Amino acid sequence: MAEPGTLTGPAPAVAPPEDERPAGRRSGVLGAYRALLGAQARSQAAYRTSFVVDLVGNVGATVFDVVTVLVLFGVTRELGGFTLHEALVIVGLSSFAFATADLLVGNIERLPRYVRTGLFDAVLVRPLAALPQLLLMDLPLRKVSRVVFGLAVLVASVTSAGIHWTAGRVALVLVAPLAGVVFFGAIFVTTSTVSFYWIDSGELANSVTYGGRDFTSYPVTVYGGWFRALFAYGMGFAFVSYHPALALLGRADPLGLPGWVGWAAPGVALVAAAIAALAWRVGIRHYRSTGS
Amino acid sequence: MGSVTATVAPPTDSNVTRWFRTFGAIAVSGFRRYATYRQAAVAGVVTNTVFGFLRYYIFLAAAGASGRVAGYDRGQLATYVWVGQGLLAVIAIWGWTELADRIRTGEIAADLLRPVHPVTSYLATDLGRAGFAALSRLVPPVLIGLLLFDVYLPRRWATLPLFVLSVLLAVVACFGCRYLVNATAYWLQDVRGPLILWTLFSGVLAGLYFPLGFLPGWLEALLRYGTPFPSLLQIPLDVLVERHPVPTQVGLVGVQVGWTVALLALCRLVQRRAERRLVVQGG
Amino acid sequence: MSVIEMSGLRKEFTVRVKVGRLRREKRVVTAVDGIDLRVERGEMLGYIGPNGAGKSTTLKMLTGVLMPSAGEARVCGLRPVAERTRLAMRIGVVFGQRSQLWWDLPLRDSFDLLRHVYRVPAGEHATRLARCRDLLDLDEFLDTPVRQLSLGQRMRGELTAALLHSPEVLFLDEPTIGLDVVSKQAVRGFLAELGRAGDTTLVLTTHDLADIERLCHRLVVIDHGRVVHDGSIAALHSRYGSRRMVVAELDAVLSEPPELPGAPLQRVEADGHRLVFALESATVAEVVAGLAGLATLRDISIVEPDIEEVVARLYRAPVEVGGAAVTGAP
Repeated sequence: MAEPGTLTGPAPAVAPPEDERPAGRRSGVLGAYRALLGAQARSQAAYRTSFVVDLVGNVGATVFDVVTVLVLFGVTRELGGFTLHEALVIVGLSSFAFATADLLVGNIERLPRYVRTGLFDAVLVRPLAALPQLLLMDLPLRKVSRVVFGLAVLVASVTSAGIHWTAGRVALVLVAPLAGVVFFGAIFVTTSTVSFYWIDSGELANSVTYGGRDFTSYPVTVYGGWFRALFAYGMGFAFVSYHPALALLGRADPLGLPGWVGWAAPGVALVAAAIAALAWRVGIRHYRSTGS
Repeated sequence: MGSVTATVAPPTDSNVTRWFRTFGAIAVSGFRRYATYRQAAVAGVVTNTVFGFLRYYIFLAAAGASGRVAGYDRGQLATYVWVGQGLLAVIAIWGWTELADRIRTGEIAADLLRPVHPVTSYLATDLGRAGFAALSRLVPPVLIGLLLFDVYLPRRWATLPLFVLSVLLAVVACFGCRYLVNATAYWLQDVRGPLILWTLFSGVLAGLYFPLGFLPGWLEALLRYGTPFPSLLQIPLDVLVERHPVPTQVGLVGVQVGWTVALLALCRLVQRRAERRLVVQGG
Repeated sequence: MSVIEMSGLRKEFTVRVKVGRLRREKRVVTAVDGIDLRVERGEMLGYIGPNGAGKSTTLKMLTGVLMPSAGEARVCGLRPVAERTRLAMRIGVVFGQRSQLWWDLPLRDSFDLLRHVYRVPAGEHATRLARCRDLLDLDEFLDTPVRQLSLGQRMRGELTAALLHSPEVLFLDEPTIGLDVVSKQAVRGFLAELGRAGDTTLVLTTHDLADIERLCHRLVVIDHGRVVHDGSIAALHSRYGSRRMVVAELDAVLSEPPELPGAPLQRVEADGHRLVFALESATVAEVVAGLAGLATLRDISIVEPDIEEVVARLYRAPVEVGGAAVTGAP
């Protein structure tokens, strides 16, 4: 992708002279990441039929999430005090944020495999930061279909929910999904670091990542007791979709939190990202490698 | 993987006894093998528990103020969710690719050399696995349900034995489905397509994401009789929560019997075709 | 300044050991137990030891993969973990059993990617690649996806990949493991060539002592995470009493075993027709002269000391660890 001429086809014995100029440090790093991404795209193109299957399969999972919400509204007119149109705004925010974070960062859940196969060692001896390398080397482009579907649900839901648009709400409808992406990305990274300490943690991380996706697909009023307290505010999932949706819809929080809480989403996302960065740094120092 | 040690029976035994002994020995080895994955079992229980909470609250919200939906009351929904979260691991609905892996790597040849039919030996191993899962994965969520929620307990004496039978049938039927999905590896280079489709449809159509009773009646009936999916999860759970009167309860288990027999027969047929193909094309 | 410096380098792992049916106990295992070592620029160091002696763990600490539990390591003057990415620019690493290459891409693409990753100017890259292509015969499989390469071809690719950014230090962890004889020769020849040039420092762990004999002037043997020998191969022989042998084939059988000063008789074979002497202070010429007076010599040969045997003896020998004698692993 970076320089298709030299990357594909037989490389020229002598490279064009413009390549000779010593690139600045920053652009050099970006060039390296761009090259990694290009390699990943070409690797996946080697399996064309599987790629199409994956593309369809991935969108299917998100479609069923939305279908589930529709089925639930088939037997009830309100879910946790929210109508179908209102609930779909929550679903849209959650689906888009999760799908995008899953596309960009989700494959970090394969960290135990990277450790077992030694890929993690290989990544550590290269002159680039480990996390971006892993993400770019294994970027699951097939998950793009899911992002597109999530975005479609989000756009359809906010345009049909009868939102009274103000400048602030327009800003929020743009910022909140992005904050959700950052938040879910942070959750993916933080939970993956468990495998630095416990390599056989298996699907444990799923309970927070995929559990968080399901949690954020419904109004938090649906849940009860300490479970709600833990997921919504202990881990911060209420700020992905529930509070931004309340602010967009202009509804008061049945649980009594003030209206501005919906605008706190970006701040919460940044805090989560900082925690993730810290967890990753500490985790890498505890890394024990495997094998011989 | 899956080393099988079958006792060689003395020649005085009948064929049937010998068959059962072999089957039992393979099942025990399956139990032992999965019993070594204890850490994974702990992680799995945590995940099942989190999703148990999520599904319980969502189903309860669907029941609304009346507390009743599609023939379930709150207690029945609680039982449905918590037993369902445990059964998920007992039937091992997702994640089994052993057969496909062995076909892809050619290790399947070693299975074909054994004196036991591959469908039989994999089924025996799977029953052993299910046995371990019943202890390690079914008991914890059921206990959580009992301790933290107002679960519905069966009232009819026949329900419990019927439920045990229904779970056993569900395990075998689910094994049959997984075997068929894996066996596509005999014909396909890459089995991710069938696996993805299976993962997608099995969850929703087996009644995991929502009880199929939430769907229109005709659709629920169509799925129940026309597809094996409800036989994997929904039917055992409906039997346990006594959603229907006794004759219907028994009838549902009958539906499971039909699907189980049909799936196992299909597995054998597919296996025979595949072996013929292997012999002709040399794998 | 030394290229590699280690002082009191330690690595401990906590492992859970099964005790009884269900209980597990935490136990601390010391993989590397206080290593002090300096390696100078251009040295070729063989780093050997039995399985689990701590070879790979040391290498991983030197390359920034593992954090040491105690002690210090400097490579090219840098702290490996803290300055990992800066260090990566200056070292090359080959893990024999793990690939650095992109599985689904042709070898050529992997090299080109590494050019971007290491930010090597295209001209330099082309020159170095051309040299490796020439020395390692890469041309026939340069456009083959890595997953389709044989182990020997892949290893030649790995070596090239590790050298394209012209590292000051090359770490090789079991580079010849599992290779056929021809590929082993190719790899060794290439590394020997690299060593002759003199500006790359080479650290090599291996199980194949032929690698060491062919390539390394300095040999470090570790066992139980400690250095048990550091010196030349010759020093190892003299320390552990391995000697060159003179095998003499005689026409007649001597009535009594000959006594030669400085060359004790070791074995009598072939019904007395073959005598084996160990060379201690005597020279070959003195042995020949001494024998010539006793019988007609049909043939004479000199057997070099066998390093495998020495090392095997070394591993078996009890090592003093913390006051208690611990027998080396087989």
